[in-house]
Amino acid sequence: MENALLSLLICLPILGGAGIILIGDERKNTVRWTSLVLSILVFVLSLNLWTGFDSSTHLMQFVEKSAWISQFDINYHVGVDGISMPLIILTTFSTVLVIVASWESIQKRLAHYMAAFLMMEGLIVGVFSALDSILFYVFWEASLIPMLLIVGIWGGDNRIYAAIKFFLYTFLGSVFMLISLIYMYSQSGSFGVLDMHNLSLSGTEQAWIFWAFFIAFAVKVPMFPVHTWLPDAHVQAPTGGSVILAAIMLKMGGYGFFRFSLPITSDAALQFSDIVIILSLIAIVYIGFVALVQRDMKKLIAYSSISHMGFVTLGVFALFLAYNPQAPEAALLGLEGAMVQMISHGFISAAMFLVVGVLYDRLHSREIATYGGVINSMPKFTGFAVLFAMANAGLPGTSGFVGEFMVILGAVQANIWYAVLAATTLVLGAAYTLWMVKRVFWGAVTNPKVATLNDINGREFSVLVILALAVIIVGLYPQPIIEVMHVSIEHLLNQALTSKL
Amino acid sequence: MQNFYLTIVLSPLLGAIIAGFFGRILGRSAVHTVTILGVLISTVLSLMVFNHHVLQDNIAFNQNLYTWMQIGGLNMSVGFLVDNLTSVMLVVVSFVSLMVHIYTIGYMNHDKDYTKFFSYISLFTFSMFMLVMSNNFMQLFFGWEAVGLVSYLLIGFWHHKESAVEASLKAFLVNRVGDFGFLLGIGLVLAFGGSLDYIETFASLNSAANPTLWGMDLITVICLLLFVGAMGKSAQVPLHVWLPGSMEGPTPISALIHAATMVTAGIFMVSRMSPLFEMSDVALTVVMIVGAITALFMGLLGIVQNDIKRVVAYSTLSQLGYMTVALGVSAYSVAIFHLMTHAFFKALLFLGAGSVIVAMHHEQDIRQMGGLKKHMPITYWTSLIGTLALIGFPGFAGFYSKDMIIEAVHFSQLPYSNWVYYAVLFGVFITAFYSLRMFFLVFHGKSRVKHENAQHLRESPLSITFPLVMLAIPSAVIGYLTIEPMLFKGWLDEAVTVAQGHVSMVELKQHFHGALGMISHAIQTAPFWMMLAGIATAWVFSLYKTQWADWMQATFKRTNYVLKSLYGFDRLNEIVFVNGVKKLGNILWKVSDSTLIDSIVVNGSAKLVVFIGAIIRPIQTGYIYHYAFFMIFSLLVILTWALFMGNRPLLTF
Repeated sequence: MENALLSLLICLPILGGAGIILIGDERKNTVRWTSLVLSILVFVLSLNLWTGFDSSTHLMQFVEKSAWISQFDINYHVGVDGISMPLIILTTFSTVLVIVASWESIQKRLAHYMAAFLMMEGLIVGVFSALDSILFYVFWEASLIPMLLIVGIWGGDNRIYAAIKFFLYTFLGSVFMLISLIYMYSQSGSFGVLDMHNLSLSGTEQAWIFWAFFIAFAVKVPMFPVHTWLPDAHVQAPTGGSVILAAIMLKMGGYGFFRFSLPITSDAALQFSDIVIILSLIAIVYIGFVALVQRDMKKLIAYSSISHMGFVTLGVFALFLAYNPQAPEAALLGLEGAMVQMISHGFISAAMFLVVGVLYDRLHSREIATYGGVINSMPKFTGFAVLFAMANAGLPGTSGFVGEFMVILGAVQANIWYAVLAATTLVLGAAYTLWMVKRVFWGAVTNPKVATLNDINGREFSVLVILALAVIIVGLYPQPIIEVMHVSIEHLLNQALTSKL
Repeated sequence: MQNFYLTIVLSPLLGAIIAGFFGRILGRSAVHTVTILGVLISTVLSLMVFNHHVLQDNIAFNQNLYTWMQIGGLNMSVGFLVDNLTSVMLVVVSFVSLMVHIYTIGYMNHDKDYTKFFSYISLFTFSMFMLVMSNNFMQLFFGWEAVGLVSYLLIGFWHHKESAVEASLKAFLVNRVGDFGFLLGIGLVLAFGGSLDYIETFASLNSAANPTLWGMDLITVICLLLFVGAMGKSAQVPLHVWLPGSMEGPTPISALIHAATMVTAGIFMVSRMSPLFEMSDVALTVVMIVGAITALFMGLLGIVQNDIKRVVAYSTLSQLGYMTVALGVSAYSVAIFHLMTHAFFKALLFLGAGSVIVAMHHEQDIRQMGGLKKHMPITYWTSLIGTLALIGFPGFAGFYSKDMIIEAVHFSQLPYSNWVYYAVLFGVFITAFYSLRMFFLVFHGKSRVKHENAQHLRESPLSITFPLVMLAIPSAVIGYLTIEPMLFKGWLDEAVTVAQGHVSMVELKQHFHGALGMISHAIQTAPFWMMLAGIATAWVFSLYKTQWADWMQATFKRTNYVLKSLYGFDRLNEIVFVNGVKKLGNILWKVSDSTLIDSIVVNGSAKLVVFIGAIIRPIQTGYIYHYAFFMIFSLLVILTWALFMGNRPLLTF
């Protein structure tokens, strides 16, 4: 089993999802429990990646390779390093939570709903583990389909618009990636991602490939100005969809920068890093202001996600300026900070969307103005909400602090002004998050319906408590995560600093 | 010894966890027993640590607990640095916290969230310990923000009060503005010092080249940024606006957090960073001037306040200004000395005010009080001690610390220090004036208490009066007892650094003639007469000729307006930062995000596709002969072009 672990993590949820459809929408409890057991099984299996991981090497581990379309030398080739492994575990972890969180709130076509999430889990694990670029592309595009269905079928009133917008937007981006992949195949004769890392490319070639990749990944992250699909998709998506979208799918974009842009087009990345950094800073500052004035909780969190993901791209692309041969720590701070930020954002954004979901399940409103004084009827829930809000605002001791702290420390060494702009998140992030908390949770009850709310039940409690623990543990002791990724990131740094010309 | 330090930190945390998660199950008395026990353990151990380090003069303890993060050669750890400075802070924090815990039993007796309150104040105590015991910037920032979090939760503790919730948000955000600077300062420390560990940083920044940044030398920039953090936490102008609002919280936390401990974190931090600040006279001058502005102008506001807690709050602002001035003139040990005496007497004054508030059934307007002396003797006498300590009456704690600050400024050779000297000197008059005005209006004169409150007036229960007495003792004597060892016998010599050229402390030492000598000497000093003038003025306006106060207000309308409107800071913030930011946000959202990007570019391109489709669609008729016609016609055009036109026509005539 050891050497087929990744295949198992990919196939088990996909096949299991198909099986769940066979159970049928009618037998709700069977569907729920089967999905839960399956997702927990996958999660537990994925922990073997962590325990069996050798963090002293940057080489790919758990590698499986067999021919797939041998005429074009396309292989089924999977494996993980310190960059992809934590993201896979984040994926399997989030899926369990989503299944528990959707336990009662979804009534319509339950089996299909659960199946969509399980299949998406398998496909996204595929994205993070694929080492053949065509395989990567297939997983990348295929993972759009379940999400399209989730938004389009179980979404809100304007779901079709949001679903199509989401699909076309991200699809458009990735088509350019396909072209670059094929071009690189024509140059190197291989679709292997690791072969592409070693491919020499001229400056012009790199520039074209860089921007093609950039469009694909920037849409996914999403970066300013290609971010407008995200608020719409989040607002319309059901809670579970929002959770996976924010916690996992956005990370695919960030992962793309790590796996493709930096190592393959290192010279172009250096050349254009200023542009990417400026876009990241716009995301942090401008989107912060936009988030502040949102009236819809989900939109607010969606904008906050964009702002937080700005730290990922900032951390990644600040490496060129921050790098100093005597003290490589600055560049590493940025890169590893970006990774930690991705993981932390996975927890926090998931938690924030679940918090909104809890309220939405009860009053069917996402409007901030509907609420006020929720603490009076839901004290336990408010405790969680405030914790996650604080994490979202980057309070030390929570995971939200770690990534931002690292990226800002790295950015100071790149250019002090970058750090100044990035650090505005201390004020802006706190302002939009806590102002929302104030209007939703504190104060006197103004809406009589709020007074009748029931506090969270055991199921909701269990989901939130797990996320709370994750947020706090990573905040208090991030070293284990740093440790598994460190060697891989160091290797990536060397790749990014090596010219491909 | 290491276990001692760990226990000091963890026992209040354990108390907080038990009270927070199992409070409802355990019940009230179990909760307050557990949390008080936790803080009691910390207090006893803090005293032992104090004895170990300060009295027995053992070397400082500096050790990492665990590695928070290791990136290449960069280590960020959680660890403790316990030296004499930390030891003093530990004793102050734990003792005041213990008193406040006991006081809370009586004060919060009827509150439904009794157990939650205990959990919060124990959590606060833990966070404050983490802050003062840290040996590196990362953990300092952790403690720094953690105390901010608890402060936020406690200011908004009565969450049904809109004003309390507003104030808590404001406090957090204003502090975050300070932290913005603080974090950048930490970033620069790492960038140029290569470490976040205090000791390593001081060593490397001391020897490093000093490049220029933003037109100043690097050390100055670092110090100023760190000081911005201190301005937020220690409420220096213009980041002071959150502190008066914080009075919306329950009184025990006003005493603990917003007077005695958390707000002094900035003072502590600058003292801890003295090796850095000593390298920059520019930064020190800024520190001194900001402190002086706060000391003088916030004191003035105390005169026109009528809410008992707000008077004490403005007094706190003013006293924090005094401490900051002391930092600016490199008299770090004097700043810490004043921090300590102030912690005792200000906590006492707040708790005394709380005792009055309980007796008055939560009436806080001092115009509705008067003559409480005969109803509340213990509160009266302890408040008197606190007031005398605050105004610097010879012999009381504040006398020593404030006199030393004023003298230190006098000896300072920084630019503008002569102006600052007059500011802090005049501040003594102001302090005495507003303190005694409040004291007279509350305890003396004719009773103006409303009838329904007058019937219930009585002394507070033991859980309230006991802490008052316990705090009154140090407020009276701690200055006399500790001035000599703390300032001149080297208690803090190793913990703080003073550069050669900064002579205030040296001069102070030369002119010091013993604690007793200061009392007899007092009558020849300007501050003493300023204080007496303040007392006299307060007596005239609030007891002897109260109509004169009204006459003053009517005559100096403008001045009164300026003071009543708090110099317009709140309005400015409201207009520029609250409404301005909301407007900007709305414009960015509606104009740029929704319209420009989303409607025009994104949906616009989708519409463009639809539009082109609509044009082309009529051509797709489905009739073969239409298509055949198009083909023949197009062929004709192309052939004509190829044969007769273009650059190289096939047929030429």
